[in-house]
Amino acid sequence: MSNSSINRLYPYVFMAPALVIMALALLYPLGYMVYGSFRDWDPSQALGESTFVGLKNYYTLWNDPNFRESVAVTLKFALSVVTIEMVIGVGLALLLDRKLRGMSMLRTLFILPMMIAPVVVGLVWRYMYHPTIGIFNKTLKSIGLEPIDWLGQNALTSVIIADIWQWTPFIFILALAALQSLPRSALEAARIDGATGWQQIVHIKLPLMMPVLIVTCLLRLIDAFKVLEVILVMTEGGPGLSTEILALRISRTATEFRELGVAAAMSNYLLIMLLVLTVCMLAYNRWMEYRAARAMRVAAEIG
Amino acid sequence: MSNTIAKRQHPGFYAIVVMLIIMAVGPIAIMLINSFKLDVDITSGTGGLIFMPTIQNYETALCDILPYELDHLDYCALKFGGAFINSLVIAIVSTVLTLIIGCMAAYALVRFKFMGRDTASATTLMVRMVPPAVLLVPVFGLWNNEFCLDKDGLIGGFIRETFGGRGDVCLAGTHSGIILVYIAMNLPFVIWILQSFIVQVPRQLEEAARMDGAGPFQVFFKVVLPLIKPGLAAAAIFTFRIAWNEYLLASALSDRDTKTVPILIVNNMSEFNVEWGVIMATGMLLAIPPIIFTLFASRQIITGMTAGAVKG
Repeated sequence: MSNSSINRLYPYVFMAPALVIMALALLYPLGYMVYGSFRDWDPSQALGESTFVGLKNYYTLWNDPNFRESVAVTLKFALSVVTIEMVIGVGLALLLDRKLRGMSMLRTLFILPMMIAPVVVGLVWRYMYHPTIGIFNKTLKSIGLEPIDWLGQNALTSVIIADIWQWTPFIFILALAALQSLPRSALEAARIDGATGWQQIVHIKLPLMMPVLIVTCLLRLIDAFKVLEVILVMTEGGPGLSTEILALRISRTATEFRELGVAAAMSNYLLIMLLVLTVCMLAYNRWMEYRAARAMRVAAEIG
Repeated sequence: MSNTIAKRQHPGFYAIVVMLIIMAVGPIAIMLINSFKLDVDITSGTGGLIFMPTIQNYETALCDILPYELDHLDYCALKFGGAFINSLVIAIVSTVLTLIIGCMAAYALVRFKFMGRDTASATTLMVRMVPPAVLLVPVFGLWNNEFCLDKDGLIGGFIRETFGGRGDVCLAGTHSGIILVYIAMNLPFVIWILQSFIVQVPRQLEEAARMDGAGPFQVFFKVVLPLIKPGLAAAAIFTFRIAWNEYLLASALSDRDTKTVPILIVNNMSEFNVEWGVIMATGMLLAIPPIIFTLFASRQIITGMTAGAVKG
């Protein structure tokens, strides 16, 4: 082989391990899951031995009130978590975007909740929510208030609070980074024109941050659908089905009820939901960018 | 702005910053304090900071790898020590392999102009979209039934003879099985973030090295790798974090001997009588590596996190 043909082979050599591993451990499993979702499959059989049942798994799930409840819980959890975190995170970033001592320490310590294991987060919060020895009820009692049944009646709210604690910093840090990379000139111009702080935020800062905020929101939304360990440790999906999000239901269907086919169909539903969400957000982002570009063009023509 | 003296800010802002810091660290501090308390102190209800600190919880948690006998324990029921070693092996091996493989792929993508950066970021986003729970079913099925070596075959027979056990030799229940999933899950992100660092390495440096007679592999390892260390650090932290913290796939793929720490914590939490002290000590041990990373490399972590959205 000539020297140049060896050189032409190198890129493929460099790519090969990554491609092989991703094909083997990501693509193939996903295809396997789609295939398995059309079959009546339990963990003791190989997939080839199971019987083909067509769309039965999807159909059963569609009519299963428990599955619908689980979808509702997932949506409720994801939407409220993302909304609240966006509001608090962006609000804090706007409030604290100024020269303050201790900001770098705040940013460092703010990452901690995201870095430690979700299992540990669940463990700490389950302890804090404990009806008698938990810090919340102890505090309530010491100031003479009624204790709250955190992980009982209010389980979903409690789980949402824990997630807000863990992930608001993510949005705060991204929003702060976006704020600090805004073009100085636009802000100066607004200040010279006498815009009040509030006007600057509404008319200049937020619109300019929008692309970043949309991507942040999308990333957070995707991750909110993946939350599992925190809830598993805190409530195990209970009481009843009140905190049983889809990811948890998939794992229980697979391991406890041993219905892999149904679990695969459920995974597919979850994937489709996420895909639709992602496509919508990206389309919206494109549209916003297009509109901004057009506005710029119009402004340029007028100016 | 930078050359004007920062004007004094309203003390209210400092109050907010301090409050936020307390809120972020508070729960972790509670865990740390409780991990040094006996269960009697935790449940007694008097609470607070007045108690006799003890390392007994940590001793109980690690009883199976401590070199000395424990007086307060007649039987070592929790095998956290072994699980820690499993967690460490799995996290370190998968981080190192992901970095090597990801680095090579990122280099090829940038320098040999395979596909644009768009392909890599689209793949990253797609993979990020896939929840581990979705991988649970197929990975469980495949690793148990398909990714196997026949026990009568050459290699499979050899493994069965040397290590014992029954049935075909499958990926499930081995360290490598778990490591393989983690590598696949992390690769897109690592490739994508390393690309943005490799793009900045000046091409002339590589050409100079090639003039001196270095082959592509030498150029890659001796010239490119040392220059992208910050990117490697960020990628390493994110990969390690996922491999170290992950519960679901590990619990589906591990057997008695390959359990990782998160699995043991979940198993012990679902019991009726939770031993808070010991479980907090274990949680603390599990949280220590990420805490250390955060304190020493927060800048790299923030780079890795913001690169996802701000540069898009």
